[in-house]
Amino acid sequence: MFLKYLARRLLYVIPMLFITTLIVFSFILLIPGDPVLALLGENATPEKIAQVRRDLGLDQPIITQYFDWLKNALQGDLGRSIFTGQYVHDAVFGRLAVTFQLVFVAMIISVVGGMFFAITSIYFPNSWMDYVARFFGTMGSAIPNFWLAMLLVLFFSLKLGWVPATGFTSINDNPIDFFKGILLPAISLGAVGTAQITRHLRSSLMEVMSADYVRTAYSKGVKRWRAIFNHGLQNAMLPVVTTIGILFGNLLGATVVIETVFAIPGMGQLAVNSILQRDFTMLQGVVLVMIVMVIIINFITDIMYAILDPRIEY
Amino acid sequence: MSEKEEPLLEVKDLETFIPTSKGEIKPVNGVSFSINKGEIVALVGESGSGKSVSSLSIMGLNASAIQYSKDSSIAFKGKDLLKLKEKEMRKIRGNEVAMIFQDPMFSLNPVHPIGRQIAESIVLHKKVKYKEALVTALDLLNKVGIPDAKRRLNDYPHQLSGGMRQRVMIAMALACDPQLIIADEPTTALDVTIQAQILNLLRKLQQESGIAILLITHDLGVVAETADRVLVMYCGKIVEEGTVEDIFENPLHPYTRGLLASVPALYGPSKEKLDTIPGVVPNPLELPKGCNFVTRCSYATEKCSQNAPTLLEHPAGNMVACWNALEEEGGIGHYETAASSIT
Amino acid sequence: MSIGTVFKRLMAERLAFFSFIFLMVLVIISIIAPFIVPYDPIEQDLMKVMASPSAQHWLGTDELGRDIFSRLLMGTKSAIQAGLFAILIPLCIGVPMGILSGYLGGVVDDIFMRIVDGIIAIPAILLALGITGALGISLWNAMIAIGIVFTPQFARLARGQTLQIRSEPYVEAAKISGAGAGWIMLKHIIPNIAPPIVVQASFNLSFAILVEASLSFLGMGAQSPQISWGNMIQQAYSMINMNAWMIVYPGLAIILTVLAGNFLGDGLRLALDPKYRKT
Repeated sequence: MFLKYLARRLLYVIPMLFITTLIVFSFILLIPGDPVLALLGENATPEKIAQVRRDLGLDQPIITQYFDWLKNALQGDLGRSIFTGQYVHDAVFGRLAVTFQLVFVAMIISVVGGMFFAITSIYFPNSWMDYVARFFGTMGSAIPNFWLAMLLVLFFSLKLGWVPATGFTSINDNPIDFFKGILLPAISLGAVGTAQITRHLRSSLMEVMSADYVRTAYSKGVKRWRAIFNHGLQNAMLPVVTTIGILFGNLLGATVVIETVFAIPGMGQLAVNSILQRDFTMLQGVVLVMIVMVIIINFITDIMYAILDPRIEY
Repeated sequence: MSEKEEPLLEVKDLETFIPTSKGEIKPVNGVSFSINKGEIVALVGESGSGKSVSSLSIMGLNASAIQYSKDSSIAFKGKDLLKLKEKEMRKIRGNEVAMIFQDPMFSLNPVHPIGRQIAESIVLHKKVKYKEALVTALDLLNKVGIPDAKRRLNDYPHQLSGGMRQRVMIAMALACDPQLIIADEPTTALDVTIQAQILNLLRKLQQESGIAILLITHDLGVVAETADRVLVMYCGKIVEEGTVEDIFENPLHPYTRGLLASVPALYGPSKEKLDTIPGVVPNPLELPKGCNFVTRCSYATEKCSQNAPTLLEHPAGNMVACWNALEEEGGIGHYETAASSIT
Repeated sequence: MSIGTVFKRLMAERLAFFSFIFLMVLVIISIIAPFIVPYDPIEQDLMKVMASPSAQHWLGTDELGRDIFSRLLMGTKSAIQAGLFAILIPLCIGVPMGILSGYLGGVVDDIFMRIVDGIIAIPAILLALGITGALGISLWNAMIAIGIVFTPQFARLARGQTLQIRSEPYVEAAKISGAGAGWIMLKHIIPNIAPPIVVQASFNLSFAILVEASLSFLGMGAQSPQISWGNMIQQAYSMINMNAWMIVYPGLAIILTVLAGNFLGDGLRLALDPKYRKT
């Protein structure tokens, strides 16, 4: 039964991938005028223009171009950078691990932080903890992440010197340096997430804690902690799972800003550089891989939801 | 009724109030009653009569906005539940006093298997491992008549029918062999055919294990089938109390009569048209000065609107809070003629 | 529900009302800023670089001696513009698309909605960045990109509402009595989809300001000498060791504006709710 459900969800993913790739591909159509001219600049020689046009397959009809591109993409070939000639998939996959580590830590901060704030706020209503949680839930999503990043750098790196202001060490190379380096970027990235999850989970928990089945739990002699953790939380998390899924995509997108601030060599930075260099094959590659990640996470979210809620019919 | 023995539960002068911006609301206004071991007592009234607040007071589960007056006491086996610390109260909840709620659709946790929900009660109060508790849970499911219980143990509430869910609720209440079960409208959300099954089950359990049951209901049909003794509540006060025979055969309070008249006939010939009690329950912020029922009573006198009657024993055996019933010379006779006009 | 009623209710929601006033003031500033700024925001005064706040320069001056307060006021323009683009483009493209999709159903609906799903799967910043990159880096193109980013949301919202209203008995009745599609859309669907759209528009305003600030910060939006709170922060970053306040002011401006949009959205949601109860 469950496998059948998985298969059905997967079937939904395929057209999704098809459409998003089409959208990513059509970025090139947005380029006003002749894209090759836009890429190479006004001073390009006609020979060079013709060559690039052939290289990019731009002399073909647009539909053919798309399917050629898709066929290659499916085989893992995302073409070459117009700017450096590097293989796009090499560049992207080399940076995928970096971005993934960053987003992963930021997600942990968001989920753990959000759950902490929401639960303490519900457990100690109208206490200072509750007010902190509510204040943070409101403020957190209004603070620009790059601005927060700068203040954190100013304080923890420049004033206190506890952690480096920029750079990235992979967890495989040196776990301690990894944590030192990832801390500020992950907090800046995850602050919005923490705020969103705090706000959402708090209101959801509040509703759940006045549900009849929680009263039943109390009537069995259950403590408040246990009522919250054992009876409230799983029910309250159901709507929040969707938030968490969407959050992943948002955080992944926000790496373009955070990786720039902290000079982290990830996909976000690659995306920014590709735009500045007008390196469209590279940009297509980065965006494509990010979207595939988002779609995979959405798929996992659906599955998580089905696991958490026994009422979902497979 | 064994008069000598100390009652299992004795509620005395229970008075609750909610301070609001427009004044104080008293959901329960000076209620006293007792329940003996192994007795089924029905607490009857319309919604808003204070019966649910009374029952939740016993469990200590009222909303925090509801406060108790100083003189209120709820003695369970000699201990005043209202004075217990939360920690001590938790040892009683689910263990010595258990509760069954109205709608099993919403009263069971939708994301936990039913076996786990029953076992939780046991693990909380008895020194047993979860696995052993599950075995007990299985026994309980068999006891409350769930077919194929072993397979059902891992089912979720949504996979069961309404009646089966209420059986699970009952099994959960029975988990720690309580001496008292409070059943708050246990059949209201169920189909009529299922209602009888659940009531029979409650009756059977009470006969087998001697559990006392406080049955909260607005349905006199349920009372007739199940209860030993009946308490009728109106606007936060008990207006009449008596054995189920007394109440059904010789109701004294006009409100009780009205309630009986509005029930489709269980005894005797069916009526063509059901009677209703005229008027509506008064606003809790604007209760009448005298008897609370005065606005809806066709026998109300000047005295009724000035002084509130107290619950006193009537020669017929019932306890009643009504000036007319208590004071009229040969009151019952007079009353019967008067009542015949409304029934 | 008349606009007057909604406005009265909004006034009762104090936070939302102040937010509304605040945003209105910002809109006015964004228009009249060039005439009210105490100093020319791009005029350098190398005699007075990095001046502390004073009676002449309320918030001090930056590393080129430009008045920070004047720059802050000028930065209002790109923020409010971004907000407007994030409301107007979706309103002109997304809403009609959603209504059509919901009203016609069938293949049109399927295709439209798959496209919408596809676009929504792309993280907003990334999409805005990609579109800006493709169109060419400029503030104008960033605004267009922001508008496109918010379009699918509006389409989805309008479609959902249309589907719901289309099957209401009174719309069915209007159809039976011979009302045309245009009439039904004008008289029944548009009035009903307006409230959720208005609420969403308020949240869009907030989010668009954040996106605009991010793009300008990355150098994909406002290009010097254009002023945006985002590129003010970016320029201030190089001076972080000397004057951290230069970062703080535009950041606070962004936060306050975003909060105002969020509070207004919350308030509008309450005020437009048919089951309104004063909080």
